[in-house]
Amino acid sequence: MEINGRPYEGDVEPRTLLSDFIRHGAGLTGTKVGCEQGVCGACTVQLDGEPVRSCLMLAIQANGRSLRTVEGLAADGELHPLQRAFHEAHALQCGFCTPGFLMSMEAVLRADPDAGEAELREALAGNLCRCTGYLGIVEAVQHAAREMREGS
Amino acid sequence: MKPAPFDYRAPASVEETLPLLELDTAVLAGGQSLVPLLNLRLARPEVVVDINGLAELDYLRADGGPLRIGAMTRQVTLERSEPVRRGWPLLHKAVRLVGHRQIRSRGTVGGSVAHADPAAELPAALLALDATLHMRSTGGARRVAASEFFLGPLYTAREPDELLVEIEVPGQPDGAGAGFAEYARTHGDFATAGAAAVVGPGGHAGIALFGAGPVPVRSEAADQALASGAGAREAAELAAREVEGEHRRALCTELARRAIEEAMA
Repeated sequence: MEINGRPYEGDVEPRTLLSDFIRHGAGLTGTKVGCEQGVCGACTVQLDGEPVRSCLMLAIQANGRSLRTVEGLAADGELHPLQRAFHEAHALQCGFCTPGFLMSMEAVLRADPDAGEAELREALAGNLCRCTGYLGIVEAVQHAAREMREGS
Repeated sequence: MKPAPFDYRAPASVEETLPLLELDTAVLAGGQSLVPLLNLRLARPEVVVDINGLAELDYLRADGGPLRIGAMTRQVTLERSEPVRRGWPLLHKAVRLVGHRQIRSRGTVGGSVAHADPAAELPAALLALDATLHMRSTGGARRVAASEFFLGPLYTAREPDELLVEIEVPGQPDGAGAGFAEYARTHGDFATAGAAAVVGPGGHAGIALFGAGPVPVRSEAADQALASGAGAREAAELAAREVEGEHRRALCTELARRAIEEAMA
């Protein structure tokens, strides 16, 4: 499979979860594993551009597909506007949930750069944060959305 | 936790799939319900039959007649479909409340129907819309009305060797309105309860409740009352009359009232 534009190969048992292959097979530990039942969103990655829970896919199902993880967000040493906004708005504390938030919201903003606060809050509902609280996260995403609109 | 070991098969066509279903299998569609069950080891099938390779079951067809939904159609595809939004607004409203965006990327319409969670949105919407489920096995093809399909929690009329291949939804009368209401403790979580309503001209009405018992519930009494001019409140009370438990009945009544009012607006 391709992750962030680079090919990765490995032999896996059928039961190996995609999240485990990303972390242990590909060594990309930015993707976090939380609940392993699709609730918390920490393991969210993008499969052919669509946000998905990597703990609810078998690694074997991603054979030949294109994935993007949090390691693929920054380009040329420059943080993605979302990453910068999370930093500036204090949208993370321990940071465990952050990669999932970033991969979810990048897909949302790419599909609908004009999403309003209500839509963004609805989109954010698929990721859980247990320490910072959500105000900074909502603010960061709105800030990034503005920057991405103006930058494009 | 991680899944227990299983044999994995990934057939490339329905023809290749059907003989495999004669083994002790779990059919893996979008995986948004099955994989959590595997991870928690609540499900330990010998064989997982992954039907994500069945591109032939990924379609939405509406050529003036009924809507035909291939069982492997992703929920997000249904959500984004303009013909569905215009012609079957109830499905559009229902699918937007299935899980979260990341779940709907992978989750399939057929998977939600075959899984038959009593709190699921799509089975209730399909029941209100008088949908028909098409299944195939090595023995042939069979169709079952939604009203006969849901038999209990996670339990349907589908035999283990049958594959759900298509969901057929009759065309809606011109001017039919749709309403969908649910209560969940947090957005995107499983709903405690909800209601789906279609109300059309000429006495056409279909009200279905979910989270109201072991299966989605359709009430003929409520449908008939609406058809003969009853108000939303009266029809809602009839729709929820059989729901057990005072709190759940009160919740269902209120959600049915909201859905019916939305459909009549």
